[in-house]
Amino acid sequence: MAQIYDFIYNLLPYLGAWLRGLLQSWGLPEDAIFLIIGLIKAFLLANFGLIGFAILTYVERKIIARFQDRLGPNMAGPYGILQPVADGIKLLTKEDTMPAGADRWVYNLAPLIIATCALAPLIVIPFGPGAVGTDLNIGVLYALAVGAGALVGVLMAGWGSNNKYALLGAFRAVAQLISYEIPAVLSVVVVVMVAGTMSTVGIVLAQDVPYLFVLPLAALVFLISGVAEVGRTPFDLLEAESEIVAGFHIEYSGMKFALVFLGEFIHALVVSALFAVLFLGGWRGPWLPPYLWTLIKMSIGIFMFFWLRATLPRIRIDQMLNLNWKFLTPLMILNLIGVALVDKGLRAAGATGGLWAAGMFAFNMAMLIGALAIPGYLGHRARMAAMASASGEEPEALEAVGAH
Amino acid sequence: MIPLTWYLLVATALFCIGVYGVLARRNAIAILMAIELMLNAVNLSLVAFWRYLHPTVTTGQVFALFVLVVAAAEAAAGLALIISVYRNRETVDVENIDLLKG
Amino acid sequence: MTLIQAVFILFAILTLGAGLFTVLSRHLFHAVLYLILSLVGVAGLFVLLEAEFLAGVQVLIYIGAISILIIFAVMLTRGMARNPGPPLNNQSLAAAVIAGLFFVLLAPVIAGFPWPQVTQGVPADAIEALGRSLVDPNQFALPFELASVMILAALIGAIFIAREKR
Repeated sequence: MAQIYDFIYNLLPYLGAWLRGLLQSWGLPEDAIFLIIGLIKAFLLANFGLIGFAILTYVERKIIARFQDRLGPNMAGPYGILQPVADGIKLLTKEDTMPAGADRWVYNLAPLIIATCALAPLIVIPFGPGAVGTDLNIGVLYALAVGAGALVGVLMAGWGSNNKYALLGAFRAVAQLISYEIPAVLSVVVVVMVAGTMSTVGIVLAQDVPYLFVLPLAALVFLISGVAEVGRTPFDLLEAESEIVAGFHIEYSGMKFALVFLGEFIHALVVSALFAVLFLGGWRGPWLPPYLWTLIKMSIGIFMFFWLRATLPRIRIDQMLNLNWKFLTPLMILNLIGVALVDKGLRAAGATGGLWAAGMFAFNMAMLIGALAIPGYLGHRARMAAMASASGEEPEALEAVGAH
Repeated sequence: MIPLTWYLLVATALFCIGVYGVLARRNAIAILMAIELMLNAVNLSLVAFWRYLHPTVTTGQVFALFVLVVAAAEAAAGLALIISVYRNRETVDVENIDLLKG
Repeated sequence: MTLIQAVFILFAILTLGAGLFTVLSRHLFHAVLYLILSLVGVAGLFVLLEAEFLAGVQVLIYIGAISILIIFAVMLTRGMARNPGPPLNNQSLAAAVIAGLFFVLLAPVIAGFPWPQVTQGVPADAIEALGRSLVDPNQFALPFELASVMILAALIGAIFIAREKR
């Protein structure tokens, strides 16, 4: 019984060891084994992304439907679970169009770049001890850097389509993704500073207490900027069906559209996986096998995305930029300095383990409450001023404080 | 093992491409891009020297990082200048930006 | 030729070829894309040189920020992109001669110089050492702070220059 539990618990490392032993028994050289195992890992991770994408499209529609008191897809198969298959067939059989005057190479390469850059960070996501694509010593930096590559794909799509809505969508994408890269990177820097490593495996191992309870502010900012980077509601201005019809991917059809769509969903998957790794303790957890914990923690982030989409309306572009540049970025810079000082002070005072975590938590919560109180107060004052000056005569006053 | 010479030759070639771009292009943005190529060539040789001569001292990598920072600052200020010129002169062609010519 | 040398040659060709297209491409937007490709090649060479941190930063800063900024400038001056005209000026031949001559003169010197043989590998904590040396007052803390001030100045200057005059 204990052996079966052990086998299920360490399933992935055992499979890897078995495969390695099998290849060695065939007398292959070490380089070839390295190459074969690498290819198998790449194949598995890519398919994890693709299957995750298929499942997510279904789950998202179901969950959003429940939020909106609808049924959602329910015709294809029992409970509509064959809906992704139906969608896939539909997209495959669609005509592959190309707009007149499009930049041929740029237009065709863009979806590939978007999808590739979305898939690539999966390599450094650990699914358990010894079950990671590659444990790079610059893990999180790699994930962020490769994710930034998708921006080039978005711009290529916007420019290559020869369409003003696509170009407008690309402009918005630039403004939004570049801006929110900064608080995202800063919150990751806080985690890296506290963990003392950039390796994803190292960060998971450093979390005896999940960093959600040590650095709640960084976790919140990472989640917000993650939603913005993925471009989901309330930050979906780069698509904004009702304003610029679909943004940068307006001209894509058939499989190319599917690739763009896939890129977005896998980006969401990757952001929630990073959230799980950075703040929820990755694979660590009691009883259940590590890979199950990873999946459960990933689905927490994904569910947050769906929940936000069902709850919040889209914000305006000036609100989006104000929130980032006037609130999140300065807040994270202050948080970085504060966490460094408090961490140093606590360690100098000899606090370890739970005491250290409690101190960090208290500091972060104080900062979070203080940070939320300031825009709350400013917004309140602006509303009072707006009400005082003949109800809505001065919309600038409300805009000035951004989204709050 | 890759000889150090190979890296240096690649860096030199990249630098020469950059030099050609700076001298021959008309568009100011293209000239800026050629400068980025030259900076990258310098970075490449700095890191190659770091790796092959003094891998235990961090100076080579630190210098490459500073070059990166300078490149970022240069891109920001340079592009701002170009956009400002475009706004006033409706062109970014360096042949036509000749306000100081009598 | 070993496998690693083949990978090096691949990245070198990528870097140089894309770099050449960057300076020759008629369409400015394509030139930026080739520039990005060339920068990816340089990042690959950094990985081969075991400078992973610099490779990551190269991708994040150059591709994620600088090239995007350049693309943005290309789009803002797109009156030029729609009607490119000749990409090269009338001294392009002389420029090619100068650049070629530079390479021809420099290459034999590099190839002929007796470079010392590589003796040590990269220490395992190279990235940590790099980080510590940046904040160590005895090493690079002052240059690091100066670089921060400089980039802040560039930021403010760029905003001031590019701002629409009211």
